Formats: sequence, C-alpha cells, structure tokens
Amino acid sequence: MKSKNERILITGIILLTIITIGAITTYQNNYRKTQNTITISTTTSLYDTGLLEEKIGPTFQEKTEIETRFIPKGTGDAIEDARQGASDLILVHAKEPERKFLEDGHGVNRKIIAYNFFTIVGPSDDPAGIEGMKPAEALEKIYFKADNENIIWASRDDKSGTNVKEIGLWESAGYSYEENVKDENWFRSTGTGMGKTLMVSDTLEAYTLADMGTYLSYTKENHIDLEVHVDEGKELTNVYAAIPINPKTHNKDFEKALKFTNWLTSENTQELIGNYGKEEFGRQLFHPAVKVLEEKDPENVYNWIVEYGFIEGTECPEKYRYLNFYDNR
Amino acid sequence: MKTVSFFGEGVTEALHLIVTGDPVVFTIALRSIYVSGIATLLASLWSIPVGVHLGLGGFRGVNFLRNLFSSLIGMPTVVLGLIMYLLLTPKGPLGPLNLIYTPLGISLAQSLLITPIIITFTASSIESVENDIRELAITLGASKFKSAITVLKEGINGVILSIVSGFNRAIAELGLALIIGGNIMVENSGLNTRVLTTAINMYTVRGEFNIAIALGIILLLIVLIINALTNTFRREKL
Repeated sequence: MKSKNERILITGIILLTIITIGAITTYQNNYRKTQNTITISTTTSLYDTGLLEEKIGPTFQEKTEIETRFIPKGTGDAIEDARQGASDLILVHAKEPERKFLEDGHGVNRKIIAYNFFTIVGPSDDPAGIEGMKPAEALEKIYFKADNENIIWASRDDKSGTNVKEIGLWESAGYSYEENVKDENWFRSTGTGMGKTLMVSDTLEAYTLADMGTYLSYTKENHIDLEVHVDEGKELTNVYAAIPINPKTHNKDFEKALKFTNWLTSENTQELIGNYGKEEFGRQLFHPAVKVLEEKDPENVYNWIVEYGFIEGTECPEKYRYLNFYDNR
Repeated sequence: MKTVSFFGEGVTEALHLIVTGDPVVFTIALRSIYVSGIATLLASLWSIPVGVHLGLGGFRGVNFLRNLFSSLIGMPTVVLGLIMYLLLTPKGPLGPLNLIYTPLGISLAQSLLITPIIITFTASSIESVENDIRELAITLGASKFKSAITVLKEGINGVILSIVSGFNRAIAELGLALIIGGNIMVENSGLNTRVLTTAINMYTVRGEFNIAIALGIILLLIVLIINALTNTFRREKL
C-alpha cells in the first residue's frame, strides 16, 4: 500500500528526471541541427600529434563553418565505432580492416590522403644489432637472439593500425604473430596506445614498432631514450585513408563527409598536412599522398602506396563508390 | 630526478594557468563541474529516496538490496562505459536520443555510476540516526512518508556527504567520460566533451606531462574547495 504522498513523490521524481534529460537532449539536438557538425572517428596516430584538432579542424571550419568533432580511437576501434553508426567519416591506416569495412557495406569512396613510415625503435646500445637492417631481417634477428640474450619486444597488441602493421611484418619475416611470437617469453603485450607503449618499451629497454609522429613527440619532450634503428624499407610504409560512411547503410551526413574528404585532398590542405610538425618537431610528420598518386612520382613511393595502401589495385574499387567521387571535386 | 622536475613544472604551470585565467583550462574545468553536477543532480533525484527507504528498512529483501548496491560501488568504469556505449550508439536501444559523444551522455553515464554510492551512503546515514528517533517518528507520525522526512532531517549531514562523495567520484572518473564523451574539443562549440580527466589523459598520451599534472592539480583543487564548502555548511547545521 502506497500513501498519497509517496505517489506524489515518485511521480515528481520521474517527471523531474524526464524534464531535465529532455531539456538538455532537445538543446543538444537543436544545436546539432543549427550548427553544422561532422563526427569523425580517427586513428590516434593522426590525432595525438595535434594535426587534426589544431590545424585540420579549425581550417576546415573557417572555410565551411562546419564543426569537426574528432574522436580518437585505435584504427580497429574507430572502424567499430563507425559500424555502430557513431560517425560520419573515419580516418584510418590499416588496409585489410578497411577492405572488410567497405565490403560489409559500411563505407564508400575511400580516399588515400597521406603516408609516412613506421620505425622500429629500441635501446640506444642496440643489443640485437639490427641497426640499418631491412624490417623483416631485423625482426628475424630479434626472434633468433631474444631467447638467449636479454632482448625484449613490446607490442601494442590492440588491433590498431600499428599493431596490424606489426603482425604483417612478423609474417614477412616468416613468423605467425598469433602462433610463434605472442607466446615467447621475450614478448610483452602492452594492450594500449602508442605513447604508453613507448614509455613501457623505454622502461623495459625493449624494441617496438612505432609511428614516427608519436615517437618524435616523445623524444622531443625527452621522455624516452629509445632510438630509431630501422626506418627504411617499403614494408614500413604507412598509408592513411579517409572513408565516408555509406549513406545506404547508415543515416549519416554523407554530403558533409564527402565535402570534408574532398577538402582533405585539395592542394592547399595537402600542403598543410605536409608542413605540419616541421616547426614543432623539426621534421615532417606526414607526407601528402594525392599528388604522388596523380603523377605517379616519385615512382618508388607510388609503388609502395600501391602495395600497402591499394585495395584490389585501386584506392577504392568501383563497386564501393557511391557517387562518382571524382566528379565532385 | 625526472619525476621531481615534472611535478615542479606541473605546480608552476598549474599556478600560471590559474593566475592568468587560461580560457581553455577554464572552460574545461567549468565543463567538468557542469557535466558531473548534472550527473549528481540526476543521481540524487532517484538515489536519495531509495537510500532513505532502504535505511528505514522494515521490508523483505532490504539486506539483499543494500548488499547489491554496496557491491555495485565497485563497478569498473570501463565496463559501465562499454554497456552505456552499446546502449547509446545510434544502433543501440537509446540511439535515437543522440546522446553518444555529448555532454549529457557523460552526465547520464556518470549518474548511473554514482547511484550506488549515494544510495549506500544515504542508507547508512539514515540507519545511524538513533533508533529512538526513528521509532518515535514512526509511532508519532501517521505515515511512513512523514517519518522518513523527520529522519531525513536528522540524518541530513550524512546525506549531504553522500551527494558530495558522488560528485567527487563523478568528476574524477575517466573511463565513462572517454568512452561516452570522446574528448571532443572544437572552439566555441556547445557540444564539447573534453573534461579535466580526459584532457589529463590526452596530454599524458601526447607526452606533455607538465600540463597533465597542472590539470590534475586543478581537479584536486575543485574537489578540495567543494569539500571545504560542504564541511562549513555541515558544521553550521550541527
């Protein structure tokens, strides 16, 4: 038996809750309608350098008055986010998961926007002696020497683009990441982002695969003493792509996503990407890819992008194009 | 050596940011207070009545419920975050509300996080109101509702403490703010979700430790000030 007072109290609580939530929800949704926003799930390696929030976002907003809301995740996580319908566009760097994403009908009109190189970093005295080697040789040497000597390999092990690249590199060295590498006692899984993995590697005096951007920002601030040992070899090519979400699968803002992609590949923006970091890190962090692809020059870089960034021999296979992208440029 | 210098720089940086009234830090701190404030308000709305009810007891299953809520205090934020994420994504059951990656999304998630805290602490403080007063209230008062009000007045200090504890937990947690909020920051936007904890996380990842420590100090200062204020209030009540 509930008294009258209790009933009033319970109704009051429910009403107040609904009013509070309702009012703020309405405000937020109105804001989104009047204020042009686009939500982008992005790989952390682009985000953590500050490129997106400090340069790309504000410049795009100045030009189009569209707010770019960047959500930093690992590539695997960013793709999952988009599958759930949480974003209008993804910025990622792992070809195979991207292909799957397109194939499952979640994304269309993929566009390669930039590239740079991964690097194998390790203790400055280089106990495995891999300095200047090709990536596959270096990993093979680490694999052989690690058992007897005090050598450790740290892995992000988080399905990020960097982790996907690492798995591929182990394979090119002749080892299966899942079967041969992960169980070794010299293998350390950090299961976390690049920055923290670099910190862990520094403490353990371990080798690890890193993207150049994060590595440079950590050395710039003197947090780590790790040094670059392997940074040459086409296998280290790291290709960044933008994929708008398929408007047939998700009710997302395709038009704005396309606008953003087109803007990213425009000449001025490509220059912006290429120049980013020169001042702060004293080194170029990302190389513009559009011109390389158009002019097939420099040829070696073009071939690397084709090998490590193309899907079925092209940036985006015809069947995964929604509108003819190139007509919209 | 390194650690000490980071901390030193962090303190200096924090002082600098506070003294110069750095607009970015200021808005992030305000957003933290606003987001967790809404969370605490919502959670208090439903948790205090439940807590009072459980504290007065006298019905079947009361012990079970109290155990349940006090166990839920230990809920890891990442697990709750994941559950809330799946509920709030556009494909989830609450997707149409468009709450993912918005400030209210974080508030809602945080309100669920601190519900067990407020319920448990409120129940304990009601229970600790002297038995005589409770029984007297029940015998004198015609209804349970009126006796609840009387007991609530007696145990108000404990209830306030439970609210403040809830707020402290909400403003200091990272998992939910990161998963549901996404640490979004666009200049002059009304839908930003960068709060102190996610900002601290971001600067840590970027390797900018002194700003991270500075923001941590600001977070602690906020909690400290709020605790000091409530303590003064409670003392006046006594």
